[in-house]
Amino acid sequence: MNSALINLGYLGASALFVAGLKGLAHPRSAPRGNLMGATGMLIAVALTLLDRRMVNFHAIAVTLAIGTAIGATLALKIQMTAMPQLVAVLNGLGGGASVFVASVGLLEFRDATVPALNHFTVAAVASGVIGAVTFWGSLVAFAKLQELITDNAIRFPGQQLVNLALVAAVGALGLWLWLVPEPHAAYWLVVTVSSILGLLLVLPVGGADMPVVIALLNSCSGLAAAATGFVLNNNVLIIAGSLVGASGLILTQIMCRAMNRSLIDVMTGGTQATPGNGRTEDIYRGRVKAASPEEVAPLFDAARRVVIVPGFGMAVSQAQHIVAQLAELLRGRGIEVEFAVHPVAGRMPGHMNVLLAEANVSYDQLKDLEESNASFNRTDVALVIGANDVVNPAARTDPASPIAGMPILDVDKAATVVVVKRSLSPGFAGIPNPLFVDSKTIMLFGDAREMVQAIIKVLKEA
Amino acid sequence: MDTLITGLTIFVLALFAGFEIITKVPPTLHTPLMSGANAISGITIVGALLAAGSERDGISSWLGLAAILFATVNVVGGFLVTHRMLSMFQRKSRTDS
Repeated sequence: MNSALINLGYLGASALFVAGLKGLAHPRSAPRGNLMGATGMLIAVALTLLDRRMVNFHAIAVTLAIGTAIGATLALKIQMTAMPQLVAVLNGLGGGASVFVASVGLLEFRDATVPALNHFTVAAVASGVIGAVTFWGSLVAFAKLQELITDNAIRFPGQQLVNLALVAAVGALGLWLWLVPEPHAAYWLVVTVSSILGLLLVLPVGGADMPVVIALLNSCSGLAAAATGFVLNNNVLIIAGSLVGASGLILTQIMCRAMNRSLIDVMTGGTQATPGNGRTEDIYRGRVKAASPEEVAPLFDAARRVVIVPGFGMAVSQAQHIVAQLAELLRGRGIEVEFAVHPVAGRMPGHMNVLLAEANVSYDQLKDLEESNASFNRTDVALVIGANDVVNPAARTDPASPIAGMPILDVDKAATVVVVKRSLSPGFAGIPNPLFVDSKTIMLFGDAREMVQAIIKVLKEA
Repeated sequence: MDTLITGLTIFVLALFAGFEIITKVPPTLHTPLMSGANAISGITIVGALLAAGSERDGISSWLGLAAILFATVNVVGGFLVTHRMLSMFQRKSRTDS
């Protein structure tokens, strides 16, 4: 097939990617946008297969079939609460694919009659480094999210020095690869060192900082694809890769801003203070008002406006359906109900929104940080379900607090705050939450799903 | 050198286009955005197909096939799960009826 035709087809695919991402600007147009992206991909793959240089069709078809089966099974079987894990794995696979493709690109240069152009080698190293970091980093993120390893920050003395040394080693190996006539062994050495770097970069990141890391790895998977595009001199890879790179970077930035932390700070596990549990309990002792669902339920019946604030605890106990049911029940009684979603609630950007969408909550009931904060002062009951640091007023009031300056949901401005939580254990920042001892706060200790269920039961009987 | 400059031009312009488009995505769709964008980054599959399909020795085609497997899971899984999530956003809330 004519290479001009193929390139025109790639251009069409690129246009579909851009238009498809544009479709994601609204929930209504989003499914069509996703379909456009998928169509673009199909066109790109079909054209590549039609390329006359293609041999080995049989093996390729079998591999495509296996990959499709695995991908489809994952996508259709996955629980919505496990979405962060799936996205982490998919990010990693994208990075891994780039590592392999760039290595083949290098092999081709070795055989080429003309000496390899330098920038191709540089691009191959970039692909290998970004791809390997993405792959192994994503695997660590997956293991943490799946709780195969602790989701606490794992740190050891001198970690930053080791990381710096690894970066220097990658740089030196990359340079060496550029100079030696047989770059392939050097390439895999670069990949190996980058793999260790990927592991070490994500290990010190705590569970609640995951939204930042997932967004960053998302960006990296795109940048790796773009770098591979430079290796193969293929524009559709460059365009698609940089679109995704930009997307991930924006999300990373939004997540960092929502925590009032810099990216460096998150990646190094920076400011996390971990006071002993004893101290935390001392702060709370005797000042916390705990209640039963029976005591709390009448508050909802008397309210005119209720705002529900979901957090990771809702995902853990799979409480989204029962929470949606409560919202529906209250709305049926003429009470105004809204959901206030903090950008970093949960383990990935938009995590809570997806769970609530799964539970049939319409997207126009989901309010973001600014919208929600504008309305808490005219809210009768704020129901906090499994969220902690994102509603911690210390961020506003205590300049010495590790989360000082972090934009929070001002639930303490509501008339009454009901907090559903399993225990008084501190959130990711490891600091006590003054909200829990506020005079207008009532604590409901227990599993989110059971507690909300109990409230519904009381409301229905009343 | 020309190919590098062309590539860089495309890269930078696409980055800007990406920034412009993605800034308009509402927070409520951030998860589908990640999975959908991730599926698009599976475009490496094109490179993987070229690598596996080139008339070269064993190593290249094995590396290419491994890349195809990774990228296919990435692409198919990414688009499908995005579709699944987005269709949940379509359902009308029961309370609206």
